[in-house]
Amino acid sequence: MAGKNSPKKIQIVQMEQISKYFQGIAANRNIDLTIRGGEILGLLGENGAGKTTLMNILYGLYRPDGGRILIDGEEVAFRSPRDAIRAGIGMVHQHFMLVQNHTVVENIALGDMEVPFFFPQRGMEQKLLQFQELYGLKVPPRAKVWQLSAGEQQRVEIVKALLRGADLLILDEPTSVLTPLESADLFAILRRMASEGHGVVIISHKLEEILDLCHRVVVLRKGEVVGEADTKDITKEELARMMVGRSVVFSFDWKPAPRGEVVLQVEGVTVRSDRGTVAVNQVDLTVHRREIVGIAGVAGNGQRELVEAITGLRKVESGKIQILGKDITNQSARVIHAEGVAHIPEERIRFGTVPNLLIYENAVLKRHHFAPFADVLFLDYEEIKSHAEDIVEHFTVAAPSIRVPMKHLSGGNIQKLIVGREVSAGPALLVASHPTYGLDVGATEYIRKQLLKRREEGEAVLLVSEDLEEILELSDRIAVMFEGRIMGILDRQEATIDQIGLLMGGVRG
Amino acid sequence: MVGLVASTLHRTIMAGTSLLLGTTGEILTERSGILNLGVEGMMNLGAVAGFIVTVRTGNVLWGIFAALLAGGTAAVFHGILTVYAKANQTVSGLALSMLGVGLAGVLGKPYIGHQLPVRLEQVELPLLSRIPFLGELIFHQDPLFYTGVVLAFGTWFFLRYTRSGIRIRSVGENPKASESQGVPVQRIRFLCTVGGGAFAGLAGAHVALSYSTSWTEGIVAGRGWIVVGLTIFSLWNPLRGMLGAFLFGGIFVTQYILQPIGVPPNLLAMLPYVATLLVLLMDGLRKDQRSLHAPAALGEPYSR
Amino acid sequence: MQLGTVQVSVQWEVRKKQTPLLSVLTLIGALGIGFLWVGFVFVFLGVDPVFALQKIFIGSFGSLYGWKESLTKGIPLFLISSGLCVAYQAKFWNIGAESQLLMGAVCSTWFGLQFGASLSPILGIPLMFFVGFLGGALWGVIPAILKVRFGMNEVISTLMMNYVAAEFVSYLIVGPWKGSTKYGYPYTDDLPKHLLLGTIPGTRIHYVTLVLGIVISMALFILLYRTKFGYEVRVVGESPEAAKYAGIDFFRTSLWIMIISGGVAGMAGVGEVAGIHHHLSYPGNISAGYGFTAIITAWLGKLNPLGSLLSGLFFAGILVGGDAIQISLRLPAATVHIFNGILLFVLLIGNFFLNYRPVVQIRRR
Repeated sequence: MAGKNSPKKIQIVQMEQISKYFQGIAANRNIDLTIRGGEILGLLGENGAGKTTLMNILYGLYRPDGGRILIDGEEVAFRSPRDAIRAGIGMVHQHFMLVQNHTVVENIALGDMEVPFFFPQRGMEQKLLQFQELYGLKVPPRAKVWQLSAGEQQRVEIVKALLRGADLLILDEPTSVLTPLESADLFAILRRMASEGHGVVIISHKLEEILDLCHRVVVLRKGEVVGEADTKDITKEELARMMVGRSVVFSFDWKPAPRGEVVLQVEGVTVRSDRGTVAVNQVDLTVHRREIVGIAGVAGNGQRELVEAITGLRKVESGKIQILGKDITNQSARVIHAEGVAHIPEERIRFGTVPNLLIYENAVLKRHHFAPFADVLFLDYEEIKSHAEDIVEHFTVAAPSIRVPMKHLSGGNIQKLIVGREVSAGPALLVASHPTYGLDVGATEYIRKQLLKRREEGEAVLLVSEDLEEILELSDRIAVMFEGRIMGILDRQEATIDQIGLLMGGVRG
Repeated sequence: MVGLVASTLHRTIMAGTSLLLGTTGEILTERSGILNLGVEGMMNLGAVAGFIVTVRTGNVLWGIFAALLAGGTAAVFHGILTVYAKANQTVSGLALSMLGVGLAGVLGKPYIGHQLPVRLEQVELPLLSRIPFLGELIFHQDPLFYTGVVLAFGTWFFLRYTRSGIRIRSVGENPKASESQGVPVQRIRFLCTVGGGAFAGLAGAHVALSYSTSWTEGIVAGRGWIVVGLTIFSLWNPLRGMLGAFLFGGIFVTQYILQPIGVPPNLLAMLPYVATLLVLLMDGLRKDQRSLHAPAALGEPYSR
Repeated sequence: MQLGTVQVSVQWEVRKKQTPLLSVLTLIGALGIGFLWVGFVFVFLGVDPVFALQKIFIGSFGSLYGWKESLTKGIPLFLISSGLCVAYQAKFWNIGAESQLLMGAVCSTWFGLQFGASLSPILGIPLMFFVGFLGGALWGVIPAILKVRFGMNEVISTLMMNYVAAEFVSYLIVGPWKGSTKYGYPYTDDLPKHLLLGTIPGTRIHYVTLVLGIVISMALFILLYRTKFGYEVRVVGESPEAAKYAGIDFFRTSLWIMIISGGVAGMAGVGEVAGIHHHLSYPGNISAGYGFTAIITAWLGKLNPLGSLLSGLFFAGILVGGDAIQISLRLPAATVHIFNGILLFVLLIGNFFLNYRPVVQIRRR
């Protein structure tokens, strides 16, 4: 609590000439950054620009390879987050750093050195209740974290940092798991904190929220600072140009096209989550030929389970799923694939590839079972290799050779290979989950074009994404999921971000 | 009849004590996220160290101390390999088991058939031992039994209601989150591994110094592996672990009861192992595997 | 570490590339350290380590007799460890080869004693191996079912079944199967003469099993690296999630893995009974720790069945050498476990250096 009540908060944090390399590749190069108390600073950049790395350095998770950090003029060297926390720095990571099976109190007590040794839960609960009175940040102390919504979990993270006296709070992509309403709540809290003298750093790639919330913005690209400005002096377009490095906003030639027959028909499908709760509740959905249907929604509202049910990775409790009129409900993934469903999985590295197997072995994952790659018993490696060469060539996968392990490829190239593999199977339906998440501009653009190409060629695509811009740009129709239900299906022409935002938050417009 | 029941239960408790000590230790280790399959090896080392030192010094306490040290030291290897070198925990544990069984076999060889000069005497707790039936049963046991019970309760309390306990459990559930809270993940895992090893050493000491009084080859006889099974049965809760340990103590004793009836001894000797399989099978039959409470990061190496 | 104004720190970074040279170097390094460590253990036991290690190598590969014996002991190792390669590539930790071997021995003994008299060798010997395979496979498939259907850790289940099988064999030889011709010794009767496996004259090498071992190693190599099944085994082992995504039936794959792995261990049991002992005897005599040693040889051979031929022979030599020093230095049989444990440890350490590289940072303050 030392920092919070004491009059003296951190006035200024200076990061000077910070560099960090991962296996020889610069994540941060000679970065200078100043953060002041009472100010909300936006750290803007694309995925992979080095924002999170820079903040992890400030939080003591990484040690810089070069440069130094000064707090109120004094040099500090953090060996671990523990040192950073002591110095008054708190961080809320994009993926919450919470122990799901523990209670809120236990999570908050975890890093607190002042909590009593015996029965820390009791002491912490007291402290938490007092704190809630003060700040109005309500969290249920005895609930297990996994029972909380994403917004509540984030509040736990913020409370955790503040209770431990964080003068400077870093938030990494804080709105990515929130509904628009929850985001507004968060912003109110952050503004209040800044007015009380806290420093706040927001990492984001969303231009609007940076302009809305922050006083000042620093833009990173490829590990370097490429711009800095007060938000009142800069426009969205200027920021975008700084961030991307060229004045290109994606230009796709989406042309209206008459949709064809029904490819995917989902009727009254109910699916349970790993925890046994109903994750997908009586969902109806169709996807036609020559059509992209986008599913929007905050992560964790049943999108993943719906996709897994369609692709045969999860049991359907009730309802029916048909592909081109053929019932595939609860068939195995292999059968469903044979019926013409291809799948670009959400966790592309964990599910979509086998990192230690070679590229050509990965190029037939799931199709290894079928001709021409295999007969009854044996694999035809000649055929497999030439297929892999084809994918690498046609889908511009940058690989030294098809004979290296998959793990040597970069994220964008891994995704290109997966897309190539799935598309080359000539599927009737392509299910793409978060296909461009975390990819650089080039790869993103490329993959979006591939999806549009599928549509132009007259095939069906089901696109699940949290990126509303992506959904709006590519989809013919947009279905919004909230708590396992489809809140509404909008046509491209009538859909607006505001309307989708409301549906995402469970409000029917 | 009462006398027979009492003596049977008494022996049950004796047979269960080593399992109790071992299980408590393995729970501590696994709660921090490290799977140590080397319990059999550590118990063997504890047994042989305890036996030899007791024979040489004529003092059981030195023997127990040596066992503690032997188990802990053996666990240091596992700790370094799995925590710091991020080695495969299954393989490292196996290596430790082999090493321990081998060393105990070699070191104990000259002592085969030797009798202990002094054995771990049973201690009557004043007053408590005068409670009819129960007093004789529970409060007239050897000191390692009391130690085991205290350690089990202590570990339960420690894991549940102390700051360090929360840290250990958090490290086993989500090391990354713990690290980001400034918790030294690797140090905690290492210490829990070594601590668990020391417990296993004690368990071995009980086998060699109290349960048996002379050295025979293969004296631990797979108890370490039963401990690993009991840890799963315990749902990583030391109190349930205690229940399991004495249940299995009973199974060990059942062998001697059934033998006079004419059941072949070799078939009876299978009982504890078959029982372990059955107990784990019952856990497997539970509908909701989440209620098994296995530490979420158990067995996974952690690096930043 | 603080040296004046210079700060030196060492961090370990994941290696991106692992060259074959590096693999070989770490292997040699690991084995070197392993033997040093074993040497220390000898010192600790009051034995001259140089003398002991010399004895081991002369006893194994330094004499004709040593070679003959090493090949004899290599036979079960070839079979078992190439089977374990399949299981371990799928990350199915079968520690139960010891008892799968025993069950193969039990089943083939039963078959030989029951039906052997009326069968010609041409028919009887293959059938005996087949029955042995079935015995090992059945015993091996149980843990697979327990794992996939009931989530039981296969290390524990296979180990428990080792103890159960050992007691079962003991029960058989002192009880119902005790031989009438064995003067009260706890052995079964000998198998019919014409079913015993021939040996290379002047040795104990039962060549049928030797050929079988080598052929099966090669077959399993092809299975792993050339067939659909092998591909699926490797995908399951490397990434269960990707396997699920690829529609690989985890249950079916696990069953087959353990049928193969347990079955070939069972065949090793047939070889031991029909080629060496000629009857069933104490479980410790029949399985003799081969099931555990094969774990190491599989690892040492990088989980490649062909590699495990080499490492199997190498380790068979160590077993033979171990026997030699046990006799001359009066060391107990458990010594072999020490070797096994230490070598497994150093192989793990070697893996660490293969996977990580040190990054030394020097910073001026």
